[in-house]
Amino acid sequence: MSITRDEVAHLARLSRLALSDEELDHLAPQLNQIISAVAQVQEVAAEGIPPTSHATGLANVFRDDEPVPCLTPEQALSGAPAVEMQRFKVPRILVEEG
Amino acid sequence: MTTVSVTYEEALTRYEPVFGLETHVELGTRTKMFCGCLTTFGGEPNSQVCPVCLGLPGSLPVMNRIAIEYTIKIGLALNCSIASWCRFARKNYFYPDMPKNFQISQYDEPLCLDGYLDVSVNGQTVRVGIERVHLEEDTGKSLHIGGATGRIQGAEYSLVDYNRAGIPLVEIVTKPVPGTGSLAPEVARAYVTELRDVLRSLGVSDVRMEEGSLRCDVNTSLSPLGSGAWGTRTETKNVNSLRSVERAVHSEIERQAAVLDEGGRVIQETRHFHEESGETTSGRSKEEAQDYRYFPEPDLVPVAPDAAWVDAIRTSLPELPSARRARLIAAWSLSDLEFESMRNGGALDVVEATVVAGASPRDAQKWWMGELARRANDSGVEVSALPITPADVARVSALVSAGTLNDRLAREVLDGVLAGEGTPDQVVEKRGLAVVSDDSALLAAIDEAITANPEVAEKVRSGKVAASGVIVGAVVRATRGQADAARVRELVLERLS
Ligand SMILES: [Zn+2]
Repeated sequence: MSITRDEVAHLARLSRLALSDEELDHLAPQLNQIISAVAQVQEVAAEGIPPTSHATGLANVFRDDEPVPCLTPEQALSGAPAVEMQRFKVPRILVEEG
Repeated sequence: MTTVSVTYEEALTRYEPVFGLETHVELGTRTKMFCGCLTTFGGEPNSQVCPVCLGLPGSLPVMNRIAIEYTIKIGLALNCSIASWCRFARKNYFYPDMPKNFQISQYDEPLCLDGYLDVSVNGQTVRVGIERVHLEEDTGKSLHIGGATGRIQGAEYSLVDYNRAGIPLVEIVTKPVPGTGSLAPEVARAYVTELRDVLRSLGVSDVRMEEGSLRCDVNTSLSPLGSGAWGTRTETKNVNSLRSVERAVHSEIERQAAVLDEGGRVIQETRHFHEESGETTSGRSKEEAQDYRYFPEPDLVPVAPDAAWVDAIRTSLPELPSARRARLIAAWSLSDLEFESMRNGGALDVVEATVVAGASPRDAQKWWMGELARRANDSGVEVSALPITPADVARVSALVSAGTLNDRLAREVLDGVLAGEGTPDQVVEKRGLAVVSDDSALLAAIDEAITANPEVAEKVRSGKVAASGVIVGAVVRATRGQADAARVRELVLERLS
């Protein structure tokens, strides 16, 4: 299993990472190496064994529907790069389509 | 661009519509799905947030037991089977309405699967299949600044309030519903109406469409009549009233028929519904839909409801709207139409409570659907929000049956109760409203009326009974409406016989 340079470019775009051609040349093979390392695990996994998502074997860990104190708006917004009208200010979400 | 236009009736002579609905319901838990922040609507921006629902590093989610229970309740009410083991999944995407860059949802392991809901339209029952019911967390609310329309397109930047982020949200997905023909828009609306009533009866959500606690996406497709093949579907978002559900299906049928008539092809895409025009416009195309890279949520353990828990929830289910409908129609000898109008008028609960308080079903309906519905309409509130209790209405009804009040006086008593003057008995007492039933008081008034109208009295004496109306009317006027007209007539005729 391998990942193409185009797929890496696509992932970068989805992740809002601006990668130069040089960076793509550099990173695409590295990602490939990581994927092949993970693929070794698949060789170990026997057929018929479902993928493990949780290692503890626990289920049904719940909390009661009881309120706990939350942050003040000032605390909540204290780490935001930009704030307006007591809200998180974020850059344009959709690029204008032609 | 489509140039021809096709009327709805024409479209149905050539095409068979198929629709499906995805409904999102905010659960009415006190706190959010994975943290203890309050879910109250309308709080100051970012005042109901914590490290968990802001996705701050190091925070961990824990499932709200009641939210799981409510979802199982919904699944059972919709005749679904409940998964004995399932997991939450991360749905990864890059809109800032979730601060974590993913939404915790369920993917291929929904909590409830494969059920149905029966809805009735024009006395005909349609079974709508339920594909799945799953639980996820709601997103934050964005204000888009700088665009002409306040929409995300064209905005320069956005402002996000995370109070709503993390509120438990249930998604209910129907199977495609074929075979309803020209009734498709009405069946779609009836389904959402019935679903809303089911959810309300379960007490799991306040189901207010105008506040966004119940939201619908409507899928519509057309296939050439008799072809047996299903067409490409569009998904209309933003459909946030019962009327809009009906209009969205209707307008998509017309639009798609025009595209197909021209030899064009319907594009699988998201469309936006516009309340003002009742039409849809193209949104993003499904064909370039993003990959959400779902994977099991590592920070939450699986949910494995055991049979005892599910049985306990099943036992706690209240009477569902379909059962209640059947019961009331039988017990009160109602027509479908009478039932519908009471339900649509929001009067079922108060009418039933009034019957429980001792009124006859007919009288309870008469007052709530007549006089009181008018008052509610005048003041722009639901009939159930009027400041009068079912017990008050039952008492007024009893006073009428006992002959203490006639209908005109009863309306005055209702006035007094609505004006906060007390119970019906207190209003009768304070306003001196009881029918004058004391014959001696009436006889004095009758004698006066006879003396004042000698020619009429002569006519009645000579057998023209109909003429007595003049004298009866004079007596009723003289007693300011408090005399029982039937009794007065009896006494007048006796006097003049
Ligand atoms: Zn929180």
